[in-house]
Amino acid sequence: MRTLLRVLPPVLTGIVAVVLWELTVTLGRIAPFILPAPSAIWRELLVQRGNVAEAALASGANALAGLVAGSVLAILAALLASRSRILGEVSVPFAAVINALPIIALAPILNNMFESTSSVPRRLVTAIVVFFPVFLNLLRGLREVDPIHQELMHAYAAGGWTFARKVRLPGALPHLFTGLRQASSLAVIAAVVAEYFGGLQDGLGSRITSAAAFTAYPRAWAFVVGACLLGLTFYLVTLLLERLAMPWRQRLIA
Amino acid sequence: MTAAVVVDGVTKIFNRGRPDEVLALTDVGLTVGDGEFVSLIGPSGCGKSTLLRLIADLIPPTTGTVTVAGRPAGQARRDQEYGIAFQQAGLFEWRTVRRNVELPLELRGAGRAERRARAEEMLDLVGLADFAGHYPGQLSGGMQQRVAIARALAVRPPLLLMDEPFGALDEMTRERLQSELLGIRATTGTSTVFVTHSISEAVFLSDRVVVMSARPGRITAAIEVALPSRDEAGRQSPVFFEKITEVRQALRGTPAPITAEA
Repeated sequence: MRTLLRVLPPVLTGIVAVVLWELTVTLGRIAPFILPAPSAIWRELLVQRGNVAEAALASGANALAGLVAGSVLAILAALLASRSRILGEVSVPFAAVINALPIIALAPILNNMFESTSSVPRRLVTAIVVFFPVFLNLLRGLREVDPIHQELMHAYAAGGWTFARKVRLPGALPHLFTGLRQASSLAVIAAVVAEYFGGLQDGLGSRITSAAAFTAYPRAWAFVVGACLLGLTFYLVTLLLERLAMPWRQRLIA
Repeated sequence: MTAAVVVDGVTKIFNRGRPDEVLALTDVGLTVGDGEFVSLIGPSGCGKSTLLRLIADLIPPTTGTVTVAGRPAGQARRDQEYGIAFQQAGLFEWRTVRRNVELPLELRGAGRAERRARAEEMLDLVGLADFAGHYPGQLSGGMQQRVAIARALAVRPPLLLMDEPFGALDEMTRERLQSELLGIRATTGTSTVFVTHSISEAVFLSDRVVVMSARPGRITAAIEVALPSRDEAGRQSPVFFEKITEVRQALRGTPAPITAEA
């Protein structure tokens, strides 16, 4: 009952929004190349479901590979940076530089560095995009240790490694997952957008551009819906992992 | 009687040699007897928490020596000769109540079965046996504080250090926990150093109330308290009120610094 009450308002809002959209497009006689009706997109989605699924799988694999690689690197980097003050101070601006790298500029360069049949460039782009939010959030979490916990562990004569394992790491988990949540959606966006700039054309990004190039706007939108669903899946799986990793947090979305 | 704690000629200066240098404690001497309950009371900034932290070896003294259980304070800390509790419970939210109590035992390398048995015993002692599987976030402030006390007692330390452990609690909970603490102390015989700014709490709990004053932090009086009983009747006894008045006067007055020896 409680979950129903919690789920109902957003679902209703969504339905109302789609109905309004449909009415605006049909009654307002909006040209389909400006905004197709949801019903048209839905029809196209049904027709293209095999292609959408295939492309989503390809983009999903890229996003996942990039997300995992970028997160692992970010976690290792944050662990290292939290161990020493100097390393921490040097690494934050360095990470900021990585974050400032425009993927739009980077993707074509990476695409030229590898063969055109390689998925590596898209994954690299994704990993770079993922790195920053995970690194920064986790680093903050690792540094913010409750002073009482610090005194307690000192009183227990706990060594540096024990302290890291028993206090620093579990204490930083909420921050880590804040970073991963941002990263999970970003990973999908990066994997899709990276395809706009060449490289292997088997994911959602290339399907959207090619459909748009053929003025098949409902089809382009059908693939956009696919990208949206893929991003949502990534986000929800991250939320689920968060809940499994931190059973002491009662609420799903903190 | 052997001494649980001997603080001898201790001075503590923070930020020494810097413009924000603070003389926190000056020439403090204090001896806590075995099994004795000593309260430290004084206005904020009198260095009572600093003194407790010196005994716990969380900070080093600038001059003087601190001896705990016949050993230098640092050695005593490494040997887990004391348990400690602060104003905030400071529980680890990702551990269940039981695993919080087990932590000091875990760090000591105790086996799983022993840890578990001891944790259950301590939780029983503070009346929280039914909450062993809960997370701290599911408990009230008073219950969390009891868990913190159970954790402090887990290694059966001969000395208990408490820094305003009931300071953040309401009066009712506070009085109940005071009685519980006395009960625990009666069964375990633990020596206790208890920092508080409540006069009635200090008098009710302690064998001796050590009064401190600020700027610079020092001990100004030590008042022995012998209540007829440590219960509701004790709280109503004339001695209780006499001692409260005595401590209050000591807190107001500024007699020459003396050192308190047991």
